[in-house]
Amino acid sequence: MTIRNALELKGVKKNFGRAEIIRGLNLEVREHERHVIIGPNGAGKSTMFNLISGRLKVSEGSIKLFGNNIHNLPAHKVNRLGLSRSFQVTNLFQNMTVIENLRCSLLWSEGHKYAFWKSVLGQDSVTERAYELATRLNLTEQLSTQVSLLTYAQQRSLEIGCTVASGAKVILLDEPTAGMSRTEANDVVQLIQRMTGENTLVVVEHDLNVVFELADRISVLVYGEIIATGTPEEIRNNEAVQEAYLGTEVH
Amino acid sequence: MATNTAAGGINALKLWPWLIVPFIAIVLPFVFDSGHTINLLSHMGVAIIFALSYNMLLGNTGLLSFGHAVYFGLGAFVAMHLLRAINDAGGTGLPIELLPLAGAAAGLGFGVIFGSFSVRRAGVVFAMITLGLGELVHSSSLMFTDFFGGEAGLFGYRDEAPSLLGVDYAPSRNVYFLVVAWTLIAAILIYLLRKTPLGWMANAVRDNPERAQFVGYNPTIVRYIQFVLSACFAGLAGGLFVITNEIVNDEVVGQLQSGAVLLGTFIGGIGYFIGPVVGASLVTFLESSLSAHTEAWVLYFGLLFISIVMFAPMGLVGIVHTQYLNWKAGGWKGNTGIRLYILVSGLVGIFGLICVIELSYHYFRSWDPGAPFILMGISTNATHLLPWLVSFAITIIGFGLMLLHGNPLLKRHISANSDGGKA
Repeated sequence: MTIRNALELKGVKKNFGRAEIIRGLNLEVREHERHVIIGPNGAGKSTMFNLISGRLKVSEGSIKLFGNNIHNLPAHKVNRLGLSRSFQVTNLFQNMTVIENLRCSLLWSEGHKYAFWKSVLGQDSVTERAYELATRLNLTEQLSTQVSLLTYAQQRSLEIGCTVASGAKVILLDEPTAGMSRTEANDVVQLIQRMTGENTLVVVEHDLNVVFELADRISVLVYGEIIATGTPEEIRNNEAVQEAYLGTEVH
Repeated sequence: MATNTAAGGINALKLWPWLIVPFIAIVLPFVFDSGHTINLLSHMGVAIIFALSYNMLLGNTGLLSFGHAVYFGLGAFVAMHLLRAINDAGGTGLPIELLPLAGAAAGLGFGVIFGSFSVRRAGVVFAMITLGLGELVHSSSLMFTDFFGGEAGLFGYRDEAPSLLGVDYAPSRNVYFLVVAWTLIAAILIYLLRKTPLGWMANAVRDNPERAQFVGYNPTIVRYIQFVLSACFAGLAGGLFVITNEIVNDEVVGQLQSGAVLLGTFIGGIGYFIGPVVGASLVTFLESSLSAHTEAWVLYFGLLFISIVMFAPMGLVGIVHTQYLNWKAGGWKGNTGIRLYILVSGLVGIFGLICVIELSYHYFRSWDPGAPFILMGISTNATHLLPWLVSFAITIIGFGLMLLHGNPLLKRHISANSDGGKA
């Protein structure tokens, strides 16, 4: 049995004017795997995410999601094909409560589209799933709290929840533990593992503890190119990687 | 703006405003039974629908439009042409009660056309396009005189049309009841729209269009549908306007009309469903009553708007609501007197300011500044020093007490209380 590729990037390039940020990027993410992207600052990790998720246009090359070309599609179409993402900076509906955020995230995947003839609160399946998600996110106490009043860690978890809620099979998480304490980061890792069971996960992460705990496979991005892909063990022992990125951090 | 996110279930307790307000609306014309007042009330109803439709854009979707009168006005013109056709046919055709629907259809149609390119982008781009469109339609109203009736406008007669209910619409009170009925219908529909997936996603797109995309929604389409529906209700208000006024001219599509609805909605409070209702009523009332009392009414209007924008961006309803929440949370305990003191001194300051403005207006605008005129019931002479001194003194004392004595007093009181709580 061959394993399908959930996400496939071939020769992807991106320039901003003359500056080439992504220079021929090749990456294959298998279905159901947890793939972590690491790399030094400015390597183009966030740009890569923006290209995949339709936030930026690709200058050259192709990106496939389950075999469909998705490069240069607008973000909402990419989402409908089964991909969602979180952001480095928390990105929620700030003026809404926790449960309202979850409901909004579920509306499209539950097939309600732009309907203006039915009540949101009357949709039992949305309500049910929203409460179920809130339970899994440990946010049941904060259901009617406005999200701008949540703690940072709670906001990040809710964002992961909203990303999952949109019904995506492939989920991109951009530095989910950035700016968190050790314990908070551990909680988020557990949350990610709990929330994203069957989904394919692509994560950008700096914290190497998190990386090695979470990853099935790791790709190393340096100056807009993937210089190595492999299991955590392979990456640990890869000389090029040690030289380029891990440096003295891993012995 | 938490109250604008359509939270909470349908609750019998929350239904009471929907019963009380229409009840008051129906009783009012029996209390104030002058023809002028009843006409004023009818205009308020029209303005309320228009402002509610405007807030579907501004408050709910975050779209600042400078040209919403286009849909109100075009709805009014289409309804007027229909009314004239009914008049010409000797009073046969569409019943007068349903005439606003013609306006609504026109608003919807023009919303579909103009919206298609207005809503590509939110923010400044959207605002500029609506401004341009407003100007375009207004200037074409003077070019296409067959449709817009030129500067004189178009007339029609509401009592020369069939009535569905067999009501004679010559008396303005009967028209007023029709306005109340339509206002109630429109308000209920607009309220319910906020509870739908579209209404929720309009809020979502306002807060964060990017996140909306990553849950599968195209922000442009959310804005577009919301825009079209809003234009439809604006057209409905325009159609109703035809019945109350029996005349439309180029003013109904003009920038003043667009500005007035923005002002009214904002003054009331864009974060609340009731905000535009309060704002539109107040603005309509001020327009009609203030202009009878003072030449400077536009200035007062501007000052009111500026002070709301600067000091109470949540509008008048917002002020009441925050004070209410504060009171409920016990924030008024022991300092109600101070709050009253601030309110009274502020009102004294405003009174003084009004005297100064009235004096200046008389002094600079009147043919004969020395002629005696009545200021606050007292005959004064604007060329003498005394009234000026007194007015300035009242202003300075009022605002001075409020800002330099009352406010610090309240702050000290609150912080002393919270320190006491900690200790």
